[in-house]
Amino acid sequence: MPKITIDDIPIEVPEGTTILQAARMIGGDIVPPAMCYYSKLKTSGGYCRTCIVKVEQGSEKDPRPMPKPVASCRTNVMDGMVVRNITSQENLEARAGVVEFLLMNHPLDCPVCDQAGECHLQDLSYEHGKEGTRNEFERREYEPMDFGDTIKLNMNRCILCYRCVKVADQLTDGRCHGVINRGEHAEISTYIEKAIDNDFSGNMIDVCPVGALTDRTFRFKSRVWYTNPVDAHRDCDKCCGKVRLWNQGDEVLRVTARKDQFGEVIDNEDGSTAWICNDCRFEKKHLNDWVIEGPSDISRHSVISANHYESLRSIQKTTMKMMGAKPHGVKFELGDGALDPNNQ
Amino acid sequence: MSKKLLLKNDHIPGINTLATYKENGGYAVLTNALKNLSPDAIVEEVKKSGLRGRGGAGFPTGMKWSFLAKPEGVPRYLVCNADESEPGTFKDRYLMERIPHLLVEGMILSSFALGANTSYIYIRGEYFYVANILEKAIDEAYQAGYLGKNILGTGFNLDLYVQVGAGAYICGEETALLESLEGKRGNPRIKPPFPAVAGLYGCPTVVNNVETIAAVVPIIEMGGEEYAKIGIGKSTGTKLISASGHINKPGVYEIELGLPVEEFIYSEEWCGGIRGGRKMKAVVAGGSSVPILPTELILKTVNGEPRLMSYESLGDGGFISGTMLGSGGFIVMDEETSIVKNLYTFSRFYHHESCGQCSPCREGIGWMERILEKILDGRGTLADIDLLWDIQSKIEGKTICPLGEAAAWPVAAAIRHFRPEFEAYVTNPDSIKDIKHYYRLKN
Repeated sequence: MPKITIDDIPIEVPEGTTILQAARMIGGDIVPPAMCYYSKLKTSGGYCRTCIVKVEQGSEKDPRPMPKPVASCRTNVMDGMVVRNITSQENLEARAGVVEFLLMNHPLDCPVCDQAGECHLQDLSYEHGKEGTRNEFERREYEPMDFGDTIKLNMNRCILCYRCVKVADQLTDGRCHGVINRGEHAEISTYIEKAIDNDFSGNMIDVCPVGALTDRTFRFKSRVWYTNPVDAHRDCDKCCGKVRLWNQGDEVLRVTARKDQFGEVIDNEDGSTAWICNDCRFEKKHLNDWVIEGPSDISRHSVISANHYESLRSIQKTTMKMMGAKPHGVKFELGDGALDPNNQ
Repeated sequence: MSKKLLLKNDHIPGINTLATYKENGGYAVLTNALKNLSPDAIVEEVKKSGLRGRGGAGFPTGMKWSFLAKPEGVPRYLVCNADESEPGTFKDRYLMERIPHLLVEGMILSSFALGANTSYIYIRGEYFYVANILEKAIDEAYQAGYLGKNILGTGFNLDLYVQVGAGAYICGEETALLESLEGKRGNPRIKPPFPAVAGLYGCPTVVNNVETIAAVVPIIEMGGEEYAKIGIGKSTGTKLISASGHINKPGVYEIELGLPVEEFIYSEEWCGGIRGGRKMKAVVAGGSSVPILPTELILKTVNGEPRLMSYESLGDGGFISGTMLGSGGFIVMDEETSIVKNLYTFSRFYHHESCGQCSPCREGIGWMERILEKILDGRGTLADIDLLWDIQSKIEGKTICPLGEAAAWPVAAAIRHFRPEFEAYVTNPDSIKDIKHYYRLKN
């Protein structure tokens, strides 16, 4: 089994593990953020570049460093690999650059966005972004679009992670939406605004890391942090029927799949992924429909979980301790001093 | 007179037909090789020749071929990359237009060496008329028994197809090309796996440039060792250079690698000097993606040695003072050229051609283009120049495919070598009023 070290922490992992998975096994601050990678979806990852890490030593046999930062979600570990994530200022700068690119055309309409509070882009920008933007040009804009009665697409918020495309490819028959146009104009769309109509289309909402795909039945009903998440189940002939209900009083405002700390849908006992069908998600909006198991254990870090920003502070502490440097995310020293006013 | 291997017969009228091509020694190499050489022997010759990929990266072809996985019962493919879209590069078009049979012969030879029974030529959409020329040549080859079943009685079968792309620059990247060839959206794949293991339809695939495949014919004709004697050091053989810009004689030239750059630009045999007796300002030596170099650095390295047309010599000094041979798109600019405007044109191109898959390239290049547009408009600030530098450093090396780098390098090099010109645009916008004409491509 390959032995690797990530930020000076050694771990032994099975052959074929990616750097990101290895980091998740260690857990804590050193896990690179992942916006497009989704372990339950094949061939996902590699697009957003937020999970980039620096490989200081390729392997035991070939100790040369990798010339470029690598996408940890798609790079397999090799025996003797030395990876630096939060202990490399260079890497944190590179990631801040990626976050800046992701936010460049983002409308930052969190106050009216249903995803706010459980949005990965929000978390990412708090943890790795900068306070302001250097982009002075107009942001690109799209008209919101309805994918049928239940799914709303707000393309302005999309970061083109391709997760929803992979869900449609791998969970449902006959994908009828995808990425159209190219480059900066690329957008998620259906063929001439066709409705997406199949039993598992709702999972697109669950995998979307931002507020681009939202639940129309939950739209503008409540902020997520005013709802109480409880785990519940029912007998469903289409899916596993294990869901999370987001309640306010006796009212079920929203039904989603159960997710783990990385925002990914959890596995069933038999190893399959606990995707849920559209009946469970959109039709069963009464407490009578469900057997309540108890309050959900929200372990993922987001404002809906308690003490989220406690852990944020600990990231900075770790960085500072390990590097003896300034807390990252507060003031970067750009490699070439480009933005330092004293260095004109 | 320099050595010519690929273009030695291009002046003969009718060389695009099979009859004339055969009269001038065409298909003799193939006939001989199919009957007397084993596939491994051909790969060995190519290895000995030291031939390096002519598409831009300069990876040794023999090594690439030997990486090809050969699992039992799985077909292997050879794909010829004729999606020549790099601005400033037009050598492959010339070759295919003039001597299509040379490419066809090279394809058959290479397919035989690699054990491929189906091969494709992926040609860019704008070259539709070249595709017709190739199709005609392939038809002639089928009729003459050089393609199809049991070629020349040797038992080797090969079907060769021409596939026309839809004119996307990104489809010149080998994995995007394979996606496009499979009928999908032309997005680069994430490597590994490399095409040599899982390429077209998940099978082992070799993707080579047109010129590389054509060069296999003279290599087998003369032998790998003889070929390796041509050129200089690890840059063996001859290279087609597409010379363009402010020179007296633009065109496609076949040079022996190792020719001094100064001789190439000023000799009557090649470019014939700068147009109108002006002075040279800068050269982009290998297609728009490689760093631009000012006159003093393109003619001589920092050590004072004359720069040669070879992979090593042009690369001398890294990106601080050197550049790359790239695809051989040699763009010469005279003293009246605006580097900023030229850079804007390049950035506009990359912005338009980015596939939009990974975020730094999708968002960053458009941003750079808009900043350059602002500077050109006379609305820029000195901080914008630093911002440009910072953006390019955030794109370079962070993307899936080399398109991000191709867009970042020209920006970095232009600022590195021509910063005062950028500053002039900012501090004295009046001085540029008369050269403010440029085209704005709408989306």
